[in-house]
Parts: sequence; C-alpha cells; structure tokens
Amino acid sequence: MSVIVATNLWKNYQTGDVVIQALKGLSFEIEPASFVSFVGPSGSGKTTLLNLIGCLDKPTEGRLEVAGIDVSALDRRNGAAFRGDKIGFIFQDFNLLPVLTVYENIEYPLLMVQDVPAPERSKRVLALLEAVGMIEQMRKFPDQISGGQKQRVAVARALVTSPELVLADEPTANLDHATAYQVIELMKKMRDTFKTTFIFSTHDPKIVSEAETIHTLEDGMLTGTKTVAGGGK
Amino acid sequence: MSKLLKIAVRNLLRYKRRTLLTTSLVMLGVVFVLVFVSLSGSFKAMMVAQITDSMIGHLQLHRKGYVASIDTLPQNLNMKSGAVKRLEKVLGEQPEIEAYSPRIKFGGMFSNFAETTNIRLNGIDPEMEFETVPLLSGRVLEGKDTIGRGEIWVPELLAKGMKVKVGDTVVIIATNQNGSVNGKQFLVAGVLGSATGPGGRDGYIHIEDAAEVLRMEEPEISEVAVRIREFDRLGVVSGRLAALLDKEVNQMGKPIFEVHTWEKLSPFYNIARMIDLLTLFMKIMLIAIVLVAIMNVMIMAVYERIREIGTIAAIGTRPGRILSLFLLEGLSLGVGGAILGNLVGAAVIFGLNLSEITYDFGQQKDLLLQASINPADVLVLSAIVIVISAVASLQPAFKASRMEPIKALKHV
Repeated sequence: MSVIVATNLWKNYQTGDVVIQALKGLSFEIEPASFVSFVGPSGSGKTTLLNLIGCLDKPTEGRLEVAGIDVSALDRRNGAAFRGDKIGFIFQDFNLLPVLTVYENIEYPLLMVQDVPAPERSKRVLALLEAVGMIEQMRKFPDQISGGQKQRVAVARALVTSPELVLADEPTANLDHATAYQVIELMKKMRDTFKTTFIFSTHDPKIVSEAETIHTLEDGMLTGTKTVAGGGK
Repeated sequence: MSKLLKIAVRNLLRYKRRTLLTTSLVMLGVVFVLVFVSLSGSFKAMMVAQITDSMIGHLQLHRKGYVASIDTLPQNLNMKSGAVKRLEKVLGEQPEIEAYSPRIKFGGMFSNFAETTNIRLNGIDPEMEFETVPLLSGRVLEGKDTIGRGEIWVPELLAKGMKVKVGDTVVIIATNQNGSVNGKQFLVAGVLGSATGPGGRDGYIHIEDAAEVLRMEEPEISEVAVRIREFDRLGVVSGRLAALLDKEVNQMGKPIFEVHTWEKLSPFYNIARMIDLLTLFMKIMLIAIVLVAIMNVMIMAVYERIREIGTIAAIGTRPGRILSLFLLEGLSLGVGGAILGNLVGAAVIFGLNLSEITYDFGQQKDLLLQASINPADVLVLSAIVIVISAVASLQPAFKASRMEPIKALKHV
C-alpha cells in the first residue's frame, strides 16, 4: 500500500484579483520506505507540494492520502496531531530551538507532541544521537555546533517519533557540498535503518542523483519520473 | 509542565536585559504598593486606635435621637436609670463585648476664680472607662493617671489658656435640664493631652460628681461607650446589638436605643475611607504597570519568534501547548516580579521601621511610624500581579497558538 496517493492535485493562490496556479492536477504514488526527490526550478511547486503532503496546507482540488488518511479533511487540531504522529520535518534552515540543547531538541517532539514517558524518551533520543553521530555534542546548544551538525540533529528530531514519512524541503541548501552529501548519506542510512519514507526537494543535481525516485516538477506540473539505478540504496 | 516551564524560563533568559527590565518594573510596582499599603495601613490603624481607644470606644449606645443633637449635649435625651438597667442587661449577655462605660456628658462653665470659659465635660466611672478606652489615661500629660471624687482632668489647651496647673482649685458651673444652675469646686488632678477628633478636648470628672453638678435625683446616662473583643468583628457585633436593642421599645412601641459605631461618630472615618481609596488607586496603577509591561514583552516575544512558532507547530505541537508556553513565560515574569517585589518591599518596610520616623497627627506630636503589612495583603497583591500577568500574556499567547505554521515558517 502506498504511503502517499495524490490524485489530480491542484493548488491555487489568490493575490488580489490574480489567481496563481501553483500545482496543476498532479497525480502520483509513493511507496513506503522509498527515498524520493522532487526536483525543479524555483517556482515549480516543490515547496507547495511538500506543504500539502506535510498537512501544512490544503489542496484547492483533488485528493491527497498520506499514510492512508485523506489529509485535506483534517482540521487544525487533528492536522497537528497527524503531523506529530506520522510526519517528520527537516527544514532548510535547520530550525532547531535555540534555547534547547541538542539532546532536548531531539527529545522535544516526544515530550511536547507525543507525551512519551521519560525512560522511553531517553532510550530513543540516545539511540538517535548515536545513529546520527552527535552523542558527544548532546549537551551543546545549536549556536555551538556547525551547520552540518545542526542538520544531523534535525534529521534525528524528524525521526525520533518513528514517523512513516520524513519531509525535507531543500535540506542541503545551506550546506557546503561535502556536508550536504554527508547529510543525504545520513538520511539514506536512516531510511535503511528505520524503513521510513524520505521525500526531499532539491535543485542540486549531485544531490538529486542520490534519490532512488526522482519526480520532476515544472510550472506546477509533474513532467517526469525516473528511477535512478544505484540511487537511494 | 516542569519541562514547559523550563523552556519558558530559558526563553525569557534569551533576552536577559529585557526580562530584567520588565521584572524590575513589576517589582518596583509591587514595592511601591506594598510600602504605601504598609504606611497608610499603619497610619490608619494608629488613627482608628487613637480615636476609639482614647475617646469614643468601638461603638456607642444612646437614647434614640441623641446623636442627631450630639453637638448640644442634650440632657433631656439622657437615659433614665430603668433604661440603663435594661441596656446593661443586654450588654452583659454579649460574650463579644469586652467592656462598657456609662458617661454623663454636659457643657458647663470653667472658672479659675479670675477668668471663666466654657468646657465640655464627661462624667465617667474611672474603672469602667479605662477598660473601655484604655489609651485615655495615657493622654494625661501631668498629674495623676486616674481620677477620683472631687477631681478633674483639664484639657491641655484650656489649662494653658486659663493658666491652671495640677493641684489648683477650679469651679465648674452647669445648668441642668430643668434650668437650675449649680456649681462645684474641683481639684485639678491632671492635664490631659489633646486628641484629634470629637471629644479630644473634653474635660473629665467622676460620674457621681457629674450627677451632683447636674442635680440629678437619680443617675441619668448620656451615652454608653462599648469595647468589643475583636475589632475586626465590629460590624457583626454592632449589627447584632442593634437587632437586640431594637426589641427594647417604649410605651409607644418605638425603639428606645440607638447604636453607632465609631465610623458614624467620627469625621475621621472619611479619612480612613480616603486612605482605602488611595490604596485602591495604587493597586489599579500596579495592574496597569504589570499589564502594559508584560503584554509589551510578550507581543515582542511572539513577533520575534514567529519562525520558531512555525517550527514547533509544524512538528505537531498542539495549539494548547503553544498557548501554555507563552502564558507560562508571561506568568514567570509576573511571579518573578511579585517575589522580588515582596522581598524588596519587606526590606524597605523593615528599613523604615529601623529608622524610627516620627510624624504629627493633629495635636499629637512625634507619633512613631510603625509600618507593617498584613500577610493577606501580600497574598492579594501577589495574586493580582500573577493574574494580570496571565491576562496580559493571553492575547499574544493566543495569537501564537493560532498561527498558521506555513505562514510562520515563511516569516523573515
């Protein structure tokens, strides 16, 4: 069963009297535990699509099922609960909470979103710190670590709730190439370990080639899908 | 909740200077109100104590209609012995009444054999009077602190004006209700310091001497001053007493007695009310300070952290949690300000008491300022600050909780 099923997905934005069609009738499916990239030029609709999949926005038309749920029907509160349970987010600017340590940033979704008991929280956070290689920096605050390390922490935070899906919008845009490659490698490793579906957007061709499925967006339309031999795994 | 509080406190500590300034502002507000309440409260308590414990008593009982004409000290409205007995029976049955003192009040002429002037006099039973108004004997500036038959306490200003001193002989002349004039010699036993308020410049003689001067065939009482055990229960006791005395009626079925608390008898009650009003205004100002200071900080905090709010909302933090987080930040500012304000306020009050500041109240000089604060006032003040902190944080916190994550994440 597909983790995402999009059927004739439209998204319009209205600015004054002008209607902008950001997505134009997209239909696709994404299988569980896949490593998928959406590529395309700026304004092609990558971020809009990821926002819809992440229940941060609602489609104007069409149906979007994520983890078996029609997310366009979710209200504000249920949308938040759904995101907390099923989806992990990795942001371009890392978006770690500056007042929390590395450990606490990873712990945050378990504590504040899922209300996981303390012993279980500790076990899961330490396992992920180990997995992303940040165990020695666990007591540091975000302003005391590098950009690459911040994104490692963000990956761990996205995975700590054991989501079915991790969405990463331009996760390597603020990193140098070597660090970006390490982050993508880490994401792949996490996919292999936790069997979580990773969907990311990028415009970096070298990074794109690391995905096993590449969807190309142009002007709000899906113009191509290809499977990369040797990509992903 | 403890983790949420920890995050809230850390967020406050991100902007140390701003947090310090806001907490200081709240603290200063609390300190000002505490010091004002302690000073005004002690002044009011002193004023009330002076009025009730050295002159009026906590409440007074009169024959119906006496108080309406009290300035003329009408002898025709005195209580006859039968009425006094009925009154004393009721008073004796009230466990909350500590003491009472019957008085004969009248106006007369005071002569030192060379000059004559007018005087208001209280005829008292010394033992009963001292139990009812225990500060009275403390007003004796010179001479004996008690009074016997044939003796008079002369008010200070009169003694000065008439050049009378302790041991001198004076004459009191008075007209009774039948128009009969009588005089009697008295030995000046003491000079009485003036007190601010009605009766503060009266002279005192023994009640039997008063009856003799007024040629009363049987004792008639102008008023009965009453002292109750717990001053805070004055309203309750006076109400109960009034209800009981309302049952004492004359042949026409009308009540014989009337009950008045000190508040109805002294114009200084209005000053006490004014002090309460000023205290209320101070509290309103404190509320305004806390409201503006904390709301301002919380609005800034929400505005500066829009992307953070977007992040925590995106990863699934429920709106209620986000609301709680910002509410706790505002509450922490209020609690911090209240705690510091209470500590600094207590230190200032302690310092004021250590410095032994004196002041004058009417004719009374060098009264010691004894600032004190009721724990209930501290609790009420702290509760006001904390509740207002929460109210001030509510709008920004609600705004944060209702933010669309997608818009918040795009905020630059």
